[in-house]
Amino acid sequence: MKLLRKLIPGWGIVPIIIFLILWEGIARINLISGNFFFPPFSMVVAELYFLTVNGVLGNNFLRSFFRVIIGFSAGALAGLFVGIIMGWKSLIDRALNPIISLIYPIPALGWLPILMLWLGISEILPIAIIFICSFFPILYNTSTGIKMVDKNYIRVAKSLGASNRKILISIVVPLALPNIFTGLKLESGMAWRVIIAAEMVAIPTGIGALMMRAESLMRIDIIIICLIVLAVMCFLFERFFKFLENKFTARWS
Amino acid sequence: MPIIELCNISKYVCKNINLKILNNEFTVLLGPNGAGKSTLLNIIAGLIEYQGSVLFDGKCVNHFPVNKRKIGYLFQDLYLFPHLDVFSNIAYSLEIRKKNSHKIRERVNELLEMLRIENLLHCYPKQLSGGEKQRVAIARSLATKPDILLLDEPLSSVDLQSSKYLRRELKQLQKELGMTTIYVTHNLMEAEEMADKIVVIDKGKVEQIGGVKEIFFSPVNKQVSEFIGAPNILKCSKYKNLGKGIAEVNCGGLSVIIPDEGRAINKIAMLPRDIYCSELRPPGPKVNRFKGSIIDIYSNIEVIRLELKVGENILLAELPYHIFARMNLKIGKEIFIILKLRTIKCL
Repeated sequence: MKLLRKLIPGWGIVPIIIFLILWEGIARINLISGNFFFPPFSMVVAELYFLTVNGVLGNNFLRSFFRVIIGFSAGALAGLFVGIIMGWKSLIDRALNPIISLIYPIPALGWLPILMLWLGISEILPIAIIFICSFFPILYNTSTGIKMVDKNYIRVAKSLGASNRKILISIVVPLALPNIFTGLKLESGMAWRVIIAAEMVAIPTGIGALMMRAESLMRIDIIIICLIVLAVMCFLFERFFKFLENKFTARWS
Repeated sequence: MPIIELCNISKYVCKNINLKILNNEFTVLLGPNGAGKSTLLNIIAGLIEYQGSVLFDGKCVNHFPVNKRKIGYLFQDLYLFPHLDVFSNIAYSLEIRKKNSHKIRERVNELLEMLRIENLLHCYPKQLSGGEKQRVAIARSLATKPDILLLDEPLSSVDLQSSKYLRRELKQLQKELGMTTIYVTHNLMEAEEMADKIVVIDKGKVEQIGGVKEIFFSPVNKQVSEFIGAPNILKCSKYKNLGKGIAEVNCGGLSVIIPDEGRAINKIAMLPRDIYCSELRPPGPKVNRFKGSIIDIYSNIEVIRLELKVGENILLAELPYHIFARMNLKIGKEIFIILKLRTIKCL
């Protein structure tokens, strides 16, 4: 196996190729009641080309993309900020913890009806949903990471003359980074899952809405394209944060 | 470098402690775990609140924050910042004080050279060995040129060989820099080797203050004596100078060769841990080698103690647990002992 891996660069792609060949073959021999419900891979690729050229896919993708970027960035920043404060100041932690513990278990999509009434069907609605979806888990991971930093490092920094603020910025936050990145990695993928669901239910544009329109037209090839886009985006976002995590922590953690 | 005075200090287990540590002195706070040694160090550093007064050169520093007390603190587990490389770890306290980057680089290089770790400049703590970490931590604590160096069992996590080497280095460094140094340990060997003065602390109370010889061979009470391991003190008669720096005395029927101090000796003393015990007759000349029988075996916190009848003398010997486990010793059994020449103290 090791020899095979050495001989064939990018060995990991082989299972994917086998999967695609099987997919194409099964669809072509009409194993699952025809092309209608199970289009072959080549048909999906052709549709992908068509949707890309006529701008339908790009337009819907960009809408979802910007919603995720804005909602996730705002949620992550707010989660980081509140999480750091809660992890560092036990008084604030004690004050906010009960209310956050109550709100945290509500699934992001559970907020959808009330947000539809409060915000209306506008661009703010999906952004608010993504904000809620990102904020609480990142807050929890951040505050846990801050609390888990060994107090002896703080004692050492104090003995070296560091102020509380300096200790927080130069010692505690960097040491909490592995935990913080765990939250960011998980939630960046989750943001995509939630935006698709929200667009399917309540918002008329974006990849989720495109999927719902495809469903009503019984266009399984388009649904599959949307699912592939979703999978790729979740993967890329998680990889991006994995890259950042490695960049900032791999040398020492 | 300042004289440190602790006046009526109370915190946790420590109750009304009064202590004076002279300038440039290497003082060892010696005592069992939980005696309050590290608490005293934290009080001197200003890391914890306390009752009483801490004076540096007669000036009360109770309200001085840590960074105004001019101390260097080396912690038990070192706690090098894992996310900073060696340079940044050492430079940390200098950067806080907003020194310019040229001066920081100069000082860090000076410390790296002094501790012979120039090659580690860009390594991270996880890439360093125990001894290297130790040196980096020492450099970090010395970066701001402190007047007082506080060391909290800094060698406890280092292997025996490195520990021995680092002890010598630390002592030499302290002499060169002339810092008032307080070293916390429960290790008798470390205390004996490094201290100018030993302060024995037990249950938050100072039990005895004195030089190495005084503490080890004239313990003032049962607590000190039990912790140190009550020394064997033997009365001598028939002093005879043998030349070449050695003399022969008779102690309760035993002819013992001792280091000659050019005077008649009435008593000699040796610590229990300095008596070598063996089940087999030890090789070599029959000098200071005796046969004795075990009359009692009991365990202390860290060691096994044997009470031996050797000639007309009762001697106390000490063995680490792992060595005792390898031997087949029981009460009544005859064993061989060696009194090591250089560890015999003439009183």
